[in-house]
Amino acid sequence: METITKLIEFSSEISILEISYLIASILFILGLKKLSHPATARAGNLWAAAGMGGAILFTILFHKKEGEPIGNIIWIVIALAIGSFIGWYSSKKVKMTAMPQMVSIFNGMGGACAALISLMEFPKMQNHLASLPIPANNMLGGEGIAILLGLMIGGVSFAGSMIAFGKLDGRIGDFKHPILRIINLTFLVGLFVALALILFMKPVEGNNLPIYLFALAALIYGVTFVMPIGGADMPVVITLLNSFTGVAAAMGGFLYGNQAMLTGGILVGSSGTILTILMCKAMNRSLLNVIIGAFGVAGAAGTEDGDKTVKEISLSDAAVLLSYSQKIFIVPGYGLAVAQAQHLCHELDNLLASKGVEVKYAIHPVAGRMPGHMNVLLAEADVPYEKLVEMEDANNEMGNTDVVIVIGANDVVNPAAEDDPSSPIYGMPIIKALDAKNVIVMKRSMAAGYAAIPNNLFYHQKNRMLFGDAKATLQKLVAEIKSL
Amino acid sequence: MDEVLKFFLEYKDMIFIIVLSVFLGIEVISHVPAVLHTPLMSGSNAIHGVVIIGAIIVMGHAENTLSLILGFIAVILGTLNVVGGFVVTDRMLEMFKKKKK
Repeated sequence: METITKLIEFSSEISILEISYLIASILFILGLKKLSHPATARAGNLWAAAGMGGAILFTILFHKKEGEPIGNIIWIVIALAIGSFIGWYSSKKVKMTAMPQMVSIFNGMGGACAALISLMEFPKMQNHLASLPIPANNMLGGEGIAILLGLMIGGVSFAGSMIAFGKLDGRIGDFKHPILRIINLTFLVGLFVALALILFMKPVEGNNLPIYLFALAALIYGVTFVMPIGGADMPVVITLLNSFTGVAAAMGGFLYGNQAMLTGGILVGSSGTILTILMCKAMNRSLLNVIIGAFGVAGAAGTEDGDKTVKEISLSDAAVLLSYSQKIFIVPGYGLAVAQAQHLCHELDNLLASKGVEVKYAIHPVAGRMPGHMNVLLAEADVPYEKLVEMEDANNEMGNTDVVIVIGANDVVNPAAEDDPSSPIYGMPIIKALDAKNVIVMKRSMAAGYAAIPNNLFYHQKNRMLFGDAKATLQKLVAEIKSL
Repeated sequence: MDEVLKFFLEYKDMIFIIVLSVFLGIEVISHVPAVLHTPLMSGSNAIHGVVIIGAIIVMGHAENTLSLILGFIAVILGTLNVVGGFVVTDRMLEMFKKKKK
């Protein structure tokens, strides 16, 4: 009788745990769905977080492995507390402009976590297989595959994310060299070969060197994989690494037969891949092209002719021009965000609006350093949602626009994308600033943009340059307009 | 070939979940406006933090000091991913909401 009640108790706990995983999976799906609509996005995030919290809590309470409950609970709680504190604190403090770096770091942490799990599970599996009454001849099987793939993908994601972080933060420069392509290809093929070799290895107790070397190789590949990819392509890389970590997490789910990890990981993996492809489309490039990293290497020289002159505009002329316009588009770029000038920009648009000028923002899908980054930055500066116009709609309105002000943007307004087939960005959709009557480009200097491609817009007769730091110039411009 | 078929049969439930989740993931975000790309990415970034469950399981059954230490680190990293990811996303979305009023 006693054993029966125990059995029922045991299975009901497991059932509760599995139900919590089911609920978590549903909440992840609904959360992602809600995250795709502006009105429900915040709730969606909270739903997903609630699902996660529940799954974590019930795992600690009810998870059993061969009848053994979770041990070391104190240490687990301490680790959870440390992680929560650091995660919460750093995400509260991070500046909105540094958001891509932050996401990159968090992504790397997830990848590292997945890789560590595999590093711990592999020796267990190997020792188990070696100590069977009839020792196994190899480690082929779902368990081995999941462990090794989790280690490989997690390791690549971790190392890659750290390099991406360094690049976004300006700590690491691009390193482009044709030889990297060969190294990368060799490493990629080598990793899969090594994976297969380890699987076919005869399990020997304590023989862990191969797996450590495998982990090391994955880390190195992560570095060499992201190293040559240009800064302008970082958004694509981060989304790609994001989906990598998703797949690594799913491998953990496969290993433990854990459905919450499986659905959560795969959801992120597949949606991340789609997001990556969407972004590549926005830049009119193939994913392969991004990964191989041909950007800025070819064709940059084609448009470099000698005697081009740029026209400058004085602050007072700019102020007059803007004040007596009817319709203005502001094209913000990352330069605006770096200078932390989005608030001033909003001040300018308010000021002009009070003079009866219609001011809107034309947002290129890849403006900033993450897709949609610019929207977040302008939202931070309280620019109303209705004023942000997506690229296609903005281009339709360009014809009856008096002035386009380009602030800290470059490649997204480069006409070479439309008329110079030799340009590396040829075919990328751009904001057609030249369709407007006048263009003012605010820029620190004549240096080329992030993609290091010369921009003929600057030399066009419709365009006039307003040189200087975005923030300082905007400040002066606002003062000038006020004094009119 | 037999091996592959056996593998499929052995893990058919999980393979089903994987395949269906792939389609679900594509479907769920296919109509997302560009405005929400960043929060969506950051939100899904937090969701793959679900790997923390694996870290908890591993640490909960750690047999020696080394795996206890590695598990400890894994749990910290996983928590960072989860908590950081959700908080950052919430912060971004909060700003979208603010100006609605």
